[in-house]
Amino acid sequence: MAETTERKQYLTDELRSQILALAPRYPTKQALTLPALHLVQHTYRYVAPEAIVEIAELLELAPAQVLDTMTFYGSFFRTPDAPLGEYRVWVCRSLPCCMCGGEELLDRLCTRLGIRPGETTADGKATVEAAECLGACELAPCVWVNGEVCKVDSEQALEALIERLR
Amino acid sequence: MITVTVDGKQVELQPGATLWQAAEAAGVGIPVLCHDPRLRPVGVCRLCLVELADGTLIPSCCTPAANGVSFRTATDRIRDHRRMLLRLLLATHRIPCLAQQSTGSCLLEQLGVEYGLLDGHGRPADPALIELRTLALSEAPVDDSSPAILVDHAACILCDRCIRACDEVQCNDVIGRSGKGFETRIAFDLGAPMGHSSCVTCGECVQVCPTGALVERRMAETVRRDEPLRVVASVCPYCGVGCTTDYIKAGPRIVAVRGRPSPGSDGRLCVKGRYGWDYALHPHRLTTPLIRRPGYYPKGPLTADTRGDTWDGGRRKPGSPVPDYEQALEAFREASWQEALDLIAERLQEIRRRYGTRALAGFGSAKCSNEEAYLFQKLVRAGFGNNNVDHCTRLCHASSVAALLECIGSGAVTNSFRDVDRTDLILVTGSNTVENHPVAATFFKQAVRRGKRLLVVDPRRPRLADYATWYCRIQPGSDVAFYNALMHVLIRDRLYDEEFVRRRVRGFESFWEVVQHYAPQRAAPLCGIPAAQLEEIAHAIGTARAMMVFWGMGISQHTHGTDNARCLIALCLLTGNVGRPGTGLHPLRGQNNVQGASDAGLIPMVYPDYQPVADPEVRSRFEEAWGVSLDPKPGLTVVETMNAALSGEVKGMLMMGENPFLSDPNVNKVRAALAKLEFLAVQDIFLTETAEFADVILPSASFFEKLGTYTNTDRRVQLGRPVLDPPGQARPDWMILSELLERFGIPADYESPEKIFREFADLTRSYRGLNYDVLGLDGKIWPVERPDAPERPILFADRFPTADGKGKLVGCHYAPPAELPDADYPFVLNTGRMLEHWHTGTMTRRSATLATLAPTPYVEINRDDAEALGVAEGDFVRVSSRRGTVVLAVRPTDRVAQGCVFIPFHFREAAANLLTIDELDPYGKIPEYKFCAVRIEPAPRPEG
Ligand code: SF4
Ligand code: SF4
Ligand code: FES
Ligand code: FES
Repeated sequence: MAETTERKQYLTDELRSQILALAPRYPTKQALTLPALHLVQHTYRYVAPEAIVEIAELLELAPAQVLDTMTFYGSFFRTPDAPLGEYRVWVCRSLPCCMCGGEELLDRLCTRLGIRPGETTADGKATVEAAECLGACELAPCVWVNGEVCKVDSEQALEALIERLR
Repeated sequence: MITVTVDGKQVELQPGATLWQAAEAAGVGIPVLCHDPRLRPVGVCRLCLVELADGTLIPSCCTPAANGVSFRTATDRIRDHRRMLLRLLLATHRIPCLAQQSTGSCLLEQLGVEYGLLDGHGRPADPALIELRTLALSEAPVDDSSPAILVDHAACILCDRCIRACDEVQCNDVIGRSGKGFETRIAFDLGAPMGHSSCVTCGECVQVCPTGALVERRMAETVRRDEPLRVVASVCPYCGVGCTTDYIKAGPRIVAVRGRPSPGSDGRLCVKGRYGWDYALHPHRLTTPLIRRPGYYPKGPLTADTRGDTWDGGRRKPGSPVPDYEQALEAFREASWQEALDLIAERLQEIRRRYGTRALAGFGSAKCSNEEAYLFQKLVRAGFGNNNVDHCTRLCHASSVAALLECIGSGAVTNSFRDVDRTDLILVTGSNTVENHPVAATFFKQAVRRGKRLLVVDPRRPRLADYATWYCRIQPGSDVAFYNALMHVLIRDRLYDEEFVRRRVRGFESFWEVVQHYAPQRAAPLCGIPAAQLEEIAHAIGTARAMMVFWGMGISQHTHGTDNARCLIALCLLTGNVGRPGTGLHPLRGQNNVQGASDAGLIPMVYPDYQPVADPEVRSRFEEAWGVSLDPKPGLTVVETMNAALSGEVKGMLMMGENPFLSDPNVNKVRAALAKLEFLAVQDIFLTETAEFADVILPSASFFEKLGTYTNTDRRVQLGRPVLDPPGQARPDWMILSELLERFGIPADYESPEKIFREFADLTRSYRGLNYDVLGLDGKIWPVERPDAPERPILFADRFPTADGKGKLVGCHYAPPAELPDADYPFVLNTGRMLEHWHTGTMTRRSATLATLAPTPYVEINRDDAEALGVAEGDFVRVSSRRGTVVLAVRPTDRVAQGCVFIPFHFREAAANLLTIDELDPYGKIPEYKFCAVRIEPAPRPEG
């Protein structure tokens, strides 16, 4: 009677060790929840239910606790039909950007890509979301693309952005 | 002590107390929504605001009181703030919510009325509130996916109480929050409907919910607003944990059960205790005495299922969860009590005249009260004239008790289960505590979260293993090898308590002669645990300041059950883990009154309080008390009695609340034995399989319909009080037994159970000082020799009740189980219980909630084995042993190891005991329920 085999594992061993490698930086295992979720989403482009359960196991939490943290933030995608695109684009709609045409920019960008805010293009290339102040009001109307901020205040700038996202 | 001034009144408090506790102490009520004294304060609702001298408003529930602080609880500012908070909460709350509609128990709406936001009819009256409510989001429908609990997110105020109750009290971790802002909801697991989540329906969250967000379905659906409610304090009828309960009644009906705070169970309950009481109302309840019609002799089973005749090559129609009543009842006619009781007495006496006194026997029950157990054994001993009286303890802990009596002179637990708070290391072995002693398990889980270490040893992975520091999946039946290895290391490395062994233990040398052969390298292949881990665990045990050992049927229900228990006792003796806080031996008792039934003498070898029947001095005391001469020969045990019935030595039997047809090993043999009895009388609340073989059936009152005492696994004697009226002519067993005693010429004019208790207690040492007044609401842990004596929850601090006061180490060698797997029967079958059911299912399968939660039998098979057999979840298989066959659905799982399977024994339509072996432990005479060889083949789904 040998030990049983494990239930099919969703997260790769590599990902698991990446998550656990972060442990020394945090006071508790629970504090690893957000970084773990980010790593998972970075790899799979969304956070599957299996991933939530396995993160919970890994961090000795209940799945409900991971869900709790995860849904408190707007940054996680939960289903395979709506994963995160290769490019994540945030268009700022807080007051200063708004006054410089932020909302209109969001509208136009979405129309051109054929999606609504919060959605991902069919080719999985880009996800466009509305965002609150990105802390770069001097670049209003400000857009954040995979971690870098830029000013999109002209037709050329918009075209260049769309070009990148196609 | 610190001094605090509340509304001008000074109170003294322990340091660390909160402002809210200070107000309580001063007799000032402060309204709360998110706070519950049993839970960690979180301060999310802000309703409990108080005003400090400098005008600061702070929540009192989570603010520690500083020495000398002074605060006020009812200023205008507080009132305004509260009104505002309540208005915001009421803006999105369903009005009236389910709790308010039914019992008027929504705390929020009550406060709404008090603060003038709702009018006298509970309708919004405050203009600002009315306006806010027009803006509120649309309401989600009520989640009714659970059979017992309704979830109404629209009534939820996110007070966090249910989350803390589920996480911190029950340690089930099912509920969390999801979303943020307006979209925040409580969420089960990943946002599943409650009934599809990992929720185990303990109802703790419902008990703490201040509104109608989590409500008892039965309460919400059946209670009308104006019905007055009444509360009866009692205990749970199911397991040995003996949780204290409050039954909430509307008119004659029970509408809900609440955990009643007490030193044992702390107000917690499990699904059986909270939702499993409605069997008492089932239409199948027996309501008149019944006598078998002449046309139904010779006797035999009456229903197809009990006959087992549809098994037919393994393809059988699915049986019903309970016997077919119409079929069975046809064989009986109604009779008066007088006629039925006279007939029983007459027939049993006739058998005694013809075949001698030893031809009679009786099985009592660990479900009946102490008073009834006492009367039952008195009837057999003084009335029948022999000691052939036993009960189902024989099938659970007889081997544990045999070992305990041999080694430390007493079969009782030495420490109570809540002592886990004071230990270092908890060893739980052969016990699926989370399912079988669920509330005890909550204390184990909590202790682990507070830093205690937990060692779980079990071939089938119990849920408790999820919390364990070490989980050891030993080979089934290899317990002796495992513990011998640990003790080998403890002695070899001198990690045992030499001082304790010198002073309080004998037999060390001969013990070492046995365990010296179990070096870890040698034991490892026998028990399947690597030598290095055996060393590690032995060292952890050896260096722990205190260790507690809990065990269950996985230890006792083996042919070497007594040896298993001897090992656990030796482990405690060797390490000095007896007689101190946080130490000790605790065989978790199964039935609500196993401890009590044994205490009261439902054992063939001993009178009440374990006084041997063979001891002439003891016997003469009982002869004097009962006014008859008594048989000096110990009587037959359960399985021996069945054998004697089969061989014709026992001819007449009385059964009180026992159903050996399903509970005893090897059903086919039991069937033949029961059919062979010349006369069988059964007292029960339902017509059981066993009753199909009866000549007379007497309708008993259920647990809920009588007064009596029950002794839980901690030795705590507690009062069960009547909550319902017995149906029809049903009578409490103590009344029935009194009538029978009279007919056997023994005076029995007990007008109440209290009288019986007195007679019983006076014949014992352990119960002598107890009476119903002393027991009160919390009960008392025996021994209590004088009514005013303090409780002694810890036994054997200085000596053991043995001849020389010392404990005895008994070395045992490992021996394989009776029936090993082979080519024909390659799998090892383990049997046991599941959370939602009780024993033979007589009660729980007639409880609507429990039957809905767990409707059908199943066999757990390891995932890999299932794959090899080509069967998936829900497919049917035929499981056969050398004794019988059952057909049931497959549940592939990792809980059982490869080569092992598990079947719960609650399901009569796939009775696990058709398969089990009636091989006995030589000392405890306990059958080997936990190990026999079986074969598994895919089978077509049964028709029907
Ligand atoms: S019923 Fe028990 S297990 Fe289920 S959610 Fe409520 S507290 Fe948790
Ligand atoms: S743990 Fe036992 S005594 Fe407590 S409620 Fe559950 S079945 Fe009843
Ligand atoms: S408002 Fe857009 S970046 Fe600050
Ligand atoms: S009761 Fe104190 S904040 Fe809720």
